[in-house]
Parts: sequence; C-alpha cells; structure tokens
Amino acid sequence: MVKTVYTVAGNERIARDVYKMELCGDTSMITAPGQFINIALGGRYLRRPISVHDASGDALTIIYKVVGGGTEDMSRMAKGTRLDVLSGLGNGFDTSVSGDTPLLLGGGLGAAPMYMLAKKLTAEGKRVSAVYGFASADDVFGVDELRSLGVDTAVATVDGTAGVRGFVTDGVPETYTYAYSCGPEPMMKAVYKKIKTGGQFSFEARMGCGFGACLGCSCRTVTGYKRICRDGPVLTKEEILWEG
Amino acid sequence: MGRLTVDLCGIELDNPIIPASGTFGFGYEFAEYYDINILGTFSFKGTTKEPRFGNPLPRIAECTAGMINSVGLQNPGVHEVIAHELPRMREVLHKPVMANVGGFSPEEYAYTVSALDGEDSVGWFEINISCPNVHAGGAVTGSDCRATGEVVGAVRAVTKKPVIVKLSPNVTDIAEIARAAEAAGADGISLINTLLGMRIDLRRKKPVIANVMGGFSGPAVFPVALRCVYQVGRAVDLPVVGMGGVSSAEDVIEMMLAGATAVGVGAANLRDPYACRDIIEALPAALDKYGINEIKDIIGGA
Ligand SMILES: Cc1cc2nc3c(=O)[nH]c(=O)nc-3n(C[C@H](O)[C@H](O)[C@H](O)COP(=O)(O)OP(=O)(O)OC[C@H]3O[C@@H](n4cnc5c(N)ncnc54)[C@H](O)[C@@H]3O)c2cc1C
Ligand SMILES: Cc1cc2nc3c(=O)[nH]c(=O)nc-3n(C[C@H](O)[C@H](O)[C@H](O)COP(=O)(O)O)c2cc1C
Ligand code: FES
Repeated sequence: MVKTVYTVAGNERIARDVYKMELCGDTSMITAPGQFINIALGGRYLRRPISVHDASGDALTIIYKVVGGGTEDMSRMAKGTRLDVLSGLGNGFDTSVSGDTPLLLGGGLGAAPMYMLAKKLTAEGKRVSAVYGFASADDVFGVDELRSLGVDTAVATVDGTAGVRGFVTDGVPETYTYAYSCGPEPMMKAVYKKIKTGGQFSFEARMGCGFGACLGCSCRTVTGYKRICRDGPVLTKEEILWEG
Repeated sequence: MGRLTVDLCGIELDNPIIPASGTFGFGYEFAEYYDINILGTFSFKGTTKEPRFGNPLPRIAECTAGMINSVGLQNPGVHEVIAHELPRMREVLHKPVMANVGGFSPEEYAYTVSALDGEDSVGWFEINISCPNVHAGGAVTGSDCRATGEVVGAVRAVTKKPVIVKLSPNVTDIAEIARAAEAAGADGISLINTLLGMRIDLRRKKPVIANVMGGFSGPAVFPVALRCVYQVGRAVDLPVVGMGGVSSAEDVIEMMLAGATAVGVGAANLRDPYACRDIIEALPAALDKYGINEIKDIIGGA
C-alpha cells in the first residue's frame, strides 16, 4: 500500500452509467491484476474502493459505475483533477496456477479487473477465453479490448439484446484449465457451482480502511477469517465459505 | 523532556497521541507505513477471553463527516493475542502499549486482564465497558454505576498496572459513571467510545449495517466528545484520555484544554493511515501559533 496522488488524464462514458477514468501517477505498487485503489473524495468521509482495470508505467485506468454520490462526483471530474489515493491494495489474482487455457468470467462491473488479468495471462503465453455478462446491450463494455488481446470472448445479456440470452454461466465453454471470476455475489455463487476446475473469485465488501486495519470487511473462510481488503479481495475456490 | 511530553498514570508519553483501539490493530500493519515509535503509545484491538468473529457484514456505513462500524470486537482471544499478536507488535513498538480489554462479565474482564498482566509490553489497561456492538440493541456494560463498579473492582483486584476505564457517551450522565469508576479504583478514564447510530440504504430501503445499529465516530462527534471530556474532567480527580473525532493538531489542543491528558485518534487512521504521524508533526507549529510552550500546561485549562 502506498499513499499517492493521481491526476485525472481522461474520464469518459463507455456504457450506461459506466465511465472509464485514466489516471496518471506512480503505479509501481500495483503488483498483480485484481488489486484495487481506494480514492478519497472531498466531502465524503470514506474512500471509494475501485479495481485497477489496467496499469503500466505512469498510467492507470479504472472503470466505474455511477451508483451513488461518490461515483457521481467522480463522473464529473475534469482532466487535471488531483486525487488522494491509496494504491496497490489487496492480493490480486495469481496467474501461476492458471494452466494453459484459463477462463475469465466477469459480470457487470466485475469485467473491469479482467482486462489486466487477460493481458498478463496472454503475455505468459496462455490461450485465454472469457465470458462477460451484462443486464442489457446498453451496459456492455470492455469486449472489443479483450478481443484485441486475442481472447476468445463471449457475451451474455439477461434480456438477450447483445450476445446470447442468459447469464455468464450459460456461456462457459467445454474445456478450460482454470476459472477467474468477478461480479455480483449471486453470479459468482453460480459460477462456483458450475465450474469443474479450480478458480479464484474477487469479492466486494463495505470498507472502513481498505488496508487491513479496521476489520470492517472480515469474512469467514475455510482457513479462518480473512479481510477482503488485505487478504483478498481474491479468494480461491477451496477457501470460500458462502454465507447466507 | 520535550514540549510534547505528558504523564499518563505515572508513565511518560513522548507526546499525547494514542491511536484508538480498533483502528490500529496490533500496530504492525501501520509500521509498514511509518515508525510507530513516534506515537505516545497506541491502544490495541479490543481483546476478549474467547476468540470472537464479530458481527455479520456489512459492518461499515458512511456518514457525513464520520462512519458507523459494527465490527463487534472481532479478535482471536487473549491467549492467541499473547502468543501471536504481541510478539509481532514488540518487533515494531519499543514502548509500553495500552491493552484494550472487552468482556461480558466482571469475571471475564478479570480473566483477560490477569492473562495480559504478565506481559511486560503492557503499560496500561484500557477497560472497554462501552462497546455498543456486542449486546442486542446497542446496550453497553457501562451504562449504570453498579455494573461499572463491579467490572472495575474485579479488574483492579488482579493488576497493579494503571487501569483506565473507557466510557460510553450513550448514557444519561457520563460524569456519574466516571465517578463510579473512580470509586472502584480506576487510575484513569478514557472517552468517548462510539455513539449508537444507524443508516438506511435508500435503494434497498433497509439498514446499511447488517446488525441494524453500530458505533458512530469521526469528526462529526467531536463536539459531543469534547463536552464529555470536559464534564468528566471536572467530575473526577483522574487523568483523562480524550477521543472522538480528533483529526488535527488543533483538535488535540482543544481536547487537552477541555481536560484531556492524552488524546486518542480513531477513525482518522482509517481514512488516512498517516493521520497520527501528520498530527504529531503538526503539533509544534500549532503550539507556537497559540502561544503554548509546553503542551502539558494546557490540560484542563479551558
Ligand atoms: C475491492 C472492490 C473493488 C471494486 N471495484 C469496482 C470497480 O472496478 N468499478 C465499480 O464501479 N465499482 C467497484 N467497486 C464498488 C464501488 O466501491 C462502489 O460502487 C462505490 O464505493 C460506491 O460509492 P458511491 O458513493 O457512488 O455510492 P454510495 O452508495 O453513496 O456509497 C456509500 C458508501 O457505501 C460504500 N459502497 C457502496 N456500494 C459499495 C459496494 N458495492 N462495494 C463496496 N462499498 C460500497 C461506498 O464506498 C461508501 O462508503 C468495488 C468495490 C470493492 C470493495
Ligand atoms: C472500526 C472501529 C473499531 C473499534 N473497535 C474498538 C474496540 O475494539 N475497543 C474499543 O474500546 N473501542 C473501539 N472503537 C472505538 C474507538 O476506539 C474510539 O473510541 C471511537 O471511534 C471514537 O474516536 P474517533 O471518533 O476518533 O473514531 C472502534 C472504533 C472504530 C471506528
Ligand atoms: S476495510 Fe478495514 S480491514 Fe478491510
């Protein structure tokens, strides 16, 4: 974790209520895809945790959906805005266990961290496939950029207005060596049940700090309690205990 | 002796700043960010006899200038704390720590305190009789004088180290509870713990916090905390650790003028891991600005 300043270098709408923000600053503390940053916003007490969509050199991008006051503030930020950020948070995805043909499953904003993961896996010479799920055609983002990496990408929408009608789980191919998943919990639960291989799942929780100090985000796992912010957000399939 | 030193129950602090229990873990996480020996001391995560997982998620809600937590005293239990947390803490903290203890009966508090009493690194006990997150409906142990006296008496009987009793603002007359703690043998009072609060998620039309209510803290509670410190400082003849919403060197000076000997900083550490370091660095200039030579001279001066 490093406290740093990022400057907004771009901020554009890419889907319904969804924005892509380009940030400029030191990204050396981002060591794995699936890590997140925690952004301080003026007039709001807690920081906003947002996954890293891509990071290299001085450039970092995030993709976020306007769901409340904080993300609405973000959507109005002009180029040059300086952000107080805790960067390089969380464990991120481990690509060393993926095998040769890993599968990425992203639901809604859960597709955001998948791009950097796909970049890393393809750079490691793996043949990656992906299924992205959205509610409707207006919500779809990130598909072209994934295909441009050579990732075989399927799209599913609940209302059938883009790709196949249905859920992410309806697009799971016959064979793959490992699964990576991020999205709403009901979706990840369905993925967990569906996949035949090992996998990693990225979770969300309301956070007090984002760096392991407050125990506001603790969840039970097979190997004891873990803090989503520090020991996660990525948990392996074997350690997950679904609550409720 | 620098201009920031204060004496807390016979132990000298290099400065009055004490990260508050539950916002600083056992210190080693923060030691990755700065040398925590610059602190006066810190109060470690509330420790109980048995391990506790705490409350279901969500445990955190945002408020205007503050937050609600319903962590619920998650901790691995006193024996695990002694076996694993304190050794890790000692690698990074080379001064006495404040041991924050929670419990559900006088016997349980006494058990945990006597288990920790043999630890040389423990300088003070902070007896939390004020957590709103462990009983149904936010009730606290220290909401009446009799229960307060029983817990403090039980703890007093098993340690010679300074016993600081941490009070809740969620009571009718906080000065009365402070006097009960003093009568039962407390060496100091710390306050305030969190205020009982709640938020509702407008999208789900349900409480944000799984447990419905939780403890509200942060800058929004500062005036309430200051008032409580002032009242308690006048009611008892004991040093007071003032906390609640402190986030700047100016807040520290205000707390001390109200009657605090040392000052706890809680939620501010969560928003900014460097909060306590920055406050300590800002203190000398703030003292200069207000014409204060030594910080200990202002205690209770208002
Ligand atoms: C590890 C992690 C990674 C995330 N990555 C992304 C991402 O890449 N893109 C994206 O759009 N969103 C992401 N989120 C969710 C994002 O943090 C919330 O949508 C955002 O905080 C909402 O803020 P708000 O002020 O607009 O909403 P409000 O509802 O007004 O926020 C009120 C409070 O609740 C918290 N909160 C609300 N929703 C969530 C949520 N789903 N998860 C955690 N805290 C929440 C806020 O942080 C704030 O403290 C991520 C969450 C986590 C925990
Ligand atoms: C996340 C969190 C956890 C806390 N846990 C404890 C605890 O274990 N024991 C305790 O005595 N107080 C606990 N507190 C209360 C704080 O120590 C402090 O009294 C209170 O938050 C007021 O200070 P603040 O406004 O600076 O946060 C906790 C507070 C927060 C925010
Ligand atoms: S949010 Fe504070 S420990 Fe995870």
